[in-house]
Amino acid sequence: MSNDRLNWRGAASSVTVTAVLLAGWAVVTHFEWVSPVFLPSPQATAQALAEGLRDGDLLALAAGTIERMVYGWVLASLIGMALGSLIGGSSTLRAWLQPMLEVVRPLPASALIPVFIALIGLSPAMVLLVIAFGAMWPVLLSTVHGFAAVEPRLSEVAQVLQLSRREFIFKIGLPNALPDALAGMRLSLTIALILAIVGEMLASQQGLGTAIVMAARSFRAAELFAGVALLGLIGFVSNALLGAAERRLLRWQR
Amino acid sequence: MTNPTPLQRWRGGVVPLLLLVAAEWCLHGVQSDALAPPTRVLASLWEGLHDGTLLGASAQTLLAAVGGLAIGGGLGLLMGLWLGLARHAAAAAALSVELLRPLPSMALAPIALLVFGFGYRLELFVVAFTCFFPMLLLTQAAVRSVEPRLLEVAQVLGFSVGERAAKIVLPAALPRVFVAFRLSVGIALVVAVTTEIATNPQGLGYGLIAAQQALAPERMLALLVWVGLLGWGLSAGLLALERRWFRQGAPA
Repeated sequence: MSNDRLNWRGAASSVTVTAVLLAGWAVVTHFEWVSPVFLPSPQATAQALAEGLRDGDLLALAAGTIERMVYGWVLASLIGMALGSLIGGSSTLRAWLQPMLEVVRPLPASALIPVFIALIGLSPAMVLLVIAFGAMWPVLLSTVHGFAAVEPRLSEVAQVLQLSRREFIFKIGLPNALPDALAGMRLSLTIALILAIVGEMLASQQGLGTAIVMAARSFRAAELFAGVALLGLIGFVSNALLGAAERRLLRWQR
Repeated sequence: MTNPTPLQRWRGGVVPLLLLVAAEWCLHGVQSDALAPPTRVLASLWEGLHDGTLLGASAQTLLAAVGGLAIGGGLGLLMGLWLGLARHAAAAAALSVELLRPLPSMALAPIALLVFGFGYRLELFVVAFTCFFPMLLLTQAAVRSVEPRLLEVAQVLGFSVGERAAKIVLPAALPRVFVAFRLSVGIALVVAVTTEIATNPQGLGYGLIAAQQALAPERMLALLVWVGLLGWGLSAGLLALERRWFRQGAPA
């Protein structure tokens, strides 16, 4: 009961702080303490957002970015989980390959974009491949980690039952690695969105990433902020959806 | 435990070495705009190190990464300490943090470009914004995990907020705060390079794009290897420091 009250007060104060921040933004722009060329008012931003959504321009751009992000992320998750299961399921492969994977891991995925451009050219396929490749690593490595952390006694049980490698992966390894893999997929979704934006900027594909760069270059601040807000919304919603899916999928653990 | 045989110790290096040899063999004498044999990449790396171009570009990138981390990470640390100690403040900030955190870092680059133009300030802004949130959230979690009895002791002793932070909380949370710092260093480097590739014409990231556009694959791949080495070296060095300073690991 008192806990409930505390939660309510927390939520109320949380909303208040956000409202105060927005009001502060409105005040700063109202008195033009910051030039409106750089900082549009919240009203102008909201108007640009509403207009863009009504015309459908902004929707089409957002759809392009979301499509790229989701396709790349799904590809990355599938490949990452498949490779991760293969490598993680065998202690020999793990011993031979894991050091190499750990060295490659800190490499920024965006640094590979020039290489992909040189190999494939400035095409939609290039952007998709960059996203898939860059977003694959967290899933791959966390799946390998999940397999490595399988309770040794379970592996012994599998041996006694003479499970084949495939059966081991699907019956013991993957269910065990799922929490890790899902955590990796969450990180890779964030990476996928960033790479989608960078890929668009460099390859001039239709999308929000290109749109905000164009808006910045032509000093259309309201449209720029509307695009950025929409990208934030995409990040927020996709993260929340995945979090909900994660809780559902991992319900059996509790 | 028996000592590992040499093969066991070095087997992690076997596959990459074989791959490099295969690449050398396949690409030797091949004219390509995208790929170059490892020996030529190595030669280009050596040349870049000698004429100073590589070190100059690295200095630009590292300056932006470290500076951005100092600004954003420092603010995140302070705010994380505060929100970790004061539950009401944490509840009040929750919505604003959750709304701002998922903003993709690179979406801010055009805003920074509009405000600051090309140069260090653009990059510092993007890096600082990105490092702020992981540092804030991880510090907050680290402070929360401090043994509550220690805080009670502080209360009994009548410590002020500043004293509590400096004498009890920071020392207890330090191992986990250092982990947050190590992760943020990695993030800062990645974001700096990404900003340079996408918008800011300076540093290693711009060097990569410029080499690609100049159809100089050996220079491009040399830069890629260098960026990889830099990131790997930084993370390995910080990990070694962490093991040395906090040998018993982060307290649960």
